Amino acid sequence: MRTKSIVIATMAAFSLFAGMAAFTLKGSAAENNEKEVERYRQMLDDPFANPGFLNVERGEQLWHLKRGTKNVSLESCDLGEGPGILKGAYAHLPRYFADAGKVMDLEQRLLWCMDKVQGLDIKPIMAKAFAKPGQTSDMEDLVAFIANKSNGVKISLPLSNPKEKEAYAIGEALFFRRSSLMDFSCATCHGQEGKRIRLQNLPDLATPNPTAIATMVSHPAYRASESELRTMQNRLDGCYKQMRLPAPNYASDANTDLILYMTKQAEGGAIHTPGMKR
Amino acid sequence: MKKFVIASLVTLIAGAASAQEVKHPDPAGLDEVIKSSFSKMPKGWESRFVQDETQHICSVYHDNPPSAEMDKIQKAETAKIKLPADGKVIGDWKAGEKIAYSGKGGRIKDKPGTVNGGNCYACHQIDPKEITYGTLGPSLAGYGRIRNYSAEDAKTAFTKIYDSKATVACSAMPRFGASGFLSEQQIKDVVAYLFDPASPVNKK
Repeated sequence: MRTKSIVIATMAAFSLFAGMAAFTLKGSAAENNEKEVERYRQMLDDPFANPGFLNVERGEQLWHLKRGTKNVSLESCDLGEGPGILKGAYAHLPRYFADAGKVMDLEQRLLWCMDKVQGLDIKPIMAKAFAKPGQTSDMEDLVAFIANKSNGVKISLPLSNPKEKEAYAIGEALFFRRSSLMDFSCATCHGQEGKRIRLQNLPDLATPNPTAIATMVSHPAYRASESELRTMQNRLDGCYKQMRLPAPNYASDANTDLILYMTKQAEGGAIHTPGMKR
Repeated sequence: MKKFVIASLVTLIAGAASAQEVKHPDPAGLDEVIKSSFSKMPKGWESRFVQDETQHICSVYHDNPPSAEMDKIQKAETAKIKLPADGKVIGDWKAGEKIAYSGKGGRIKDKPGTVNGGNCYACHQIDPKEITYGTLGPSLAGYGRIRNYSAEDAKTAFTKIYDSKATVACSAMPRFGASGFLSEQQIKDVVAYLFDPASPVNKK
């Protein structure tokens, strides 16, 4: 009941915010807008105000839920820090997993654990990886919960395994790879500091810098424009659409390699999730 | 014989040196990752992943190739520019304004028959009264007025929009005409948006 009224209050605040944004678009209000957004973000750090915390709660239940042919929970899943250890796991992903023989991000690793540990059919879970009205996503909820457990832990990717170095090199090449109808690469928009597209500030994700940190530590994030919590996997689809390319397959290696490359640029930043985006 | 060996050695060393200059060659496994990671797309979209020479050179040099490579790109791209047969590069500024605002076309889920836009405002300031503009490209406010509406400058603007990489080898800007993303008429209309004295771009 409490949760419901919080959601309603939050939604009312969003409408007010949207209205305000429309009003102040003209004149010298761009900077004011930015301040308002910052103030709003601070407000949403409150666990009772950011709707993304509903995903965190659902994710916690899913983590402990026994299911699959083996009727076990995910509690024994090793996210890199040891079976069942959640604190710090998200701050050290993507990383190499010897049991799988490959570098995985959190979402690939969760699917691996669902398949191997729980004996769960991951096809329907992958098909519903992105929530929509009336349909939650196990993946978004689990990522919200697990990422939140690393809040305050600094990102550290030592890339000590050769497979991690390989993945980084492929991620970097994907980041700078120009193609399709408009010759865009990720770097076209995210390769320098202090630029914006229309009114939206663009993080520089090509080198270690504060804007890369701000972006990478705040995903997964509640996206006001979609009214859902989203992970970086989902965010990349939006970029590929503008690059005039199809969306990468969910939990594909291209996503993992790109996420590894971008996360490396945010080395040292403390995880702070769920974030809040427009 | 000795001369031949020395010549071969010189060639080898030169070859190695120029290969070394490619700072970021495509790593092993890149193609396989692209192939396995992008498998669901409309018919015919596979070709969008295939790079042309310009895209490939810009990528492996992170958009900053050595000057010899830049010259090569600019020469090849200049050859692609087709100026209007009637010699007129200025169309209808009102149509150009619509193209400047539209970010539509070529995207996944765009309806068939969608008219492509230039999305100029994503990166450029243009009409000085419009405040929602990006800053990836230079400001174009007052573009024609500043250039005294020079016919020669209008032609230059047409060629820049038609193929930006003929002027700046690894420009962030699309090659709107050379890629066929915008039609010749659309480019004329955008040039008019920049060069027509009646266009809001040139109002103070």
